[in-house]
Amino acid sequence: MAKVALKLGDDISTDIIYPGRFMATVLPSETPQYAFADNAEFNAQLKKGEIASGSVIVAGDNFGCGSSREQAASCLKGYDLTIVARHFARIFLQNAINLGLNTIICPDIEASEGDELEITKESIKNKTTGKTFKVTPLPRARQAIIDAGGLIAYTRQRLLKKV
Amino acid sequence: MGMTIVQKILAKAAGKAAVKVGDVVEPAVNLAMSHENGALVINQFMDIYKGTNLEAKVFDPDKIVIIFDHRVPAESSKTATNQKKIREFVRKQGIGKFHDIRGDTGGICHQILPEYGYVRPGCVVVGTDSHTTSHGALGAFSFGIGATEMASVWALGVALNIEVPATIRVEVNGSFPKFVSPKDLILYLIGKITAEGANFKVIEFHGETIRNMSTSGRLTLCNMSVEAGATSGIVPADQETQRYLREEAGVTDKLDMVASDPDASYSEVIEIDVSELTPQIACPHTVDNVKPIREVAGKKIDQIVIGSCTNGRLDDLEIAAGILRGKKISQDVRMLVFPASAKIMTQALKKGVITDLVSAGAVAMNPGCGCCLGVHEGALGDGEVALSTTNRNFKGRMGNPKSEVYLCSPAVAAASAIKGEITDPTKGGI
Repeated sequence: MAKVALKLGDDISTDIIYPGRFMATVLPSETPQYAFADNAEFNAQLKKGEIASGSVIVAGDNFGCGSSREQAASCLKGYDLTIVARHFARIFLQNAINLGLNTIICPDIEASEGDELEITKESIKNKTTGKTFKVTPLPRARQAIIDAGGLIAYTRQRLLKKV
Repeated sequence: MGMTIVQKILAKAAGKAAVKVGDVVEPAVNLAMSHENGALVINQFMDIYKGTNLEAKVFDPDKIVIIFDHRVPAESSKTATNQKKIREFVRKQGIGKFHDIRGDTGGICHQILPEYGYVRPGCVVVGTDSHTTSHGALGAFSFGIGATEMASVWALGVALNIEVPATIRVEVNGSFPKFVSPKDLILYLIGKITAEGANFKVIEFHGETIRNMSTSGRLTLCNMSVEAGATSGIVPADQETQRYLREEAGVTDKLDMVASDPDASYSEVIEIDVSELTPQIACPHTVDNVKPIREVAGKKIDQIVIGSCTNGRLDDLEIAAGILRGKKISQDVRMLVFPASAKIMTQALKKGVITDLVSAGAVAMNPGCGCCLGVHEGALGDGEVALSTTNRNFKGRMGNPKSEVYLCSPAVAAASAIKGEITDPTKGGI
């Protein structure tokens, strides 16, 4: 069971997820402090540890649009959040998969903050409303990266096979 | 079934006779570009080699480009230290295509790549910057990736698991009215198809307007294709591409003038006639919130920005200088001009363009990304409004979530500077 910690609308840009002025900070170990920095309340909750690991952000269309900055994915990964969106912008989705941030495409998702979700590979059941929504599988080309535990591990495997 | 340009490029780069939409390929990369975020790429790259006993060496130092542009000169000690680390890596790995903070060879990555002839038609180009879509202007398949994906490219020389994208064909015909430009066309298109209208797709530009358009204008179109979600924009290489590469970029090698087959398949065809197009404005806080200028004319502006990888080229500055020559910008507005490269700065100085702009009251800034991404060189105060020729107006983009950014062409930016309010340059008096 996972709780919806934040509900967002469409076109949430990487400038909202990780504002440009913090981009000099690059290491995945250091980026979480600036996650949603301009949403002071949510940022403070994250930093104080008030958002449980595995909590869910529910968003509309085109989550992660804009810049290719990988900090937008690593800062969320740092809190072990799950992102459920109607769909994602291409580069953000790829960055998330590469870093092992849990992203779920769910075109019909309906959920409010505080709702409890039961998430499986095939569907999301909103236990609070009783409604179930189908999950769209990630692009199949990405599965090998996910299975390897991220792109660094996957590339390492590829390099070693070459030798 | 015929193939689109991108299908042909991907087939060739993956060593296949043909590919179709949805196929998964691993294309060889011809050019891999990074800027200051190279610091993160280096971190991830070194991580790949941990515990392998292999030497961490890039696949081909001649195919890697690193350009400092996002924070030049460094705005903080943290950035300066990142830039220092990158310089050391560049030296150690023998990366030749490196553009440091310099008044002769520096500039914005998306200007340096075409200017130095690094991008050729038919190439696969990746960059750790979403506006890497720009280089489709020269007939390359060019797209943005994240830092970890770039680290993988540096190690392997191929882009892993690329799905062949579908293509939207955009046919553009007619001649632009005076003071209406490629920027207005791309804003109009983004407004029409929305910020996600081309997600996971390529936008291929055709038609007489495109054939008659300079490479500078094509770069503007492909640059902002990503604002419609596109993986890339692309213009088929033609006589203008050859002219640009030969005469301006000094390229002498044979060019691979790849073109789409007549029976290539498109997911959508969009036709646009620009002869009646008016200046377009992207209003806060999404790039697809596009309105014809008459709906926002008169809006008071605090800061005007001309520059960026979208509209910081010589022709953009010349349009602005032409409008402002002998005039003064309003005392209620500040105007910042960022030439896209050192070369453009030099040309603009020689032609008197910079003199015209600074005489009118504009501030000539150093070539680079400037305030576009909200790091330095022109933050906005609470409640302030910017009018900018850059490519993004997301909340907080110019450094302050309590400000607003409107996007426009160089002609609109310059005309608006005179009264300090959004002004239509096509209406008399300019």
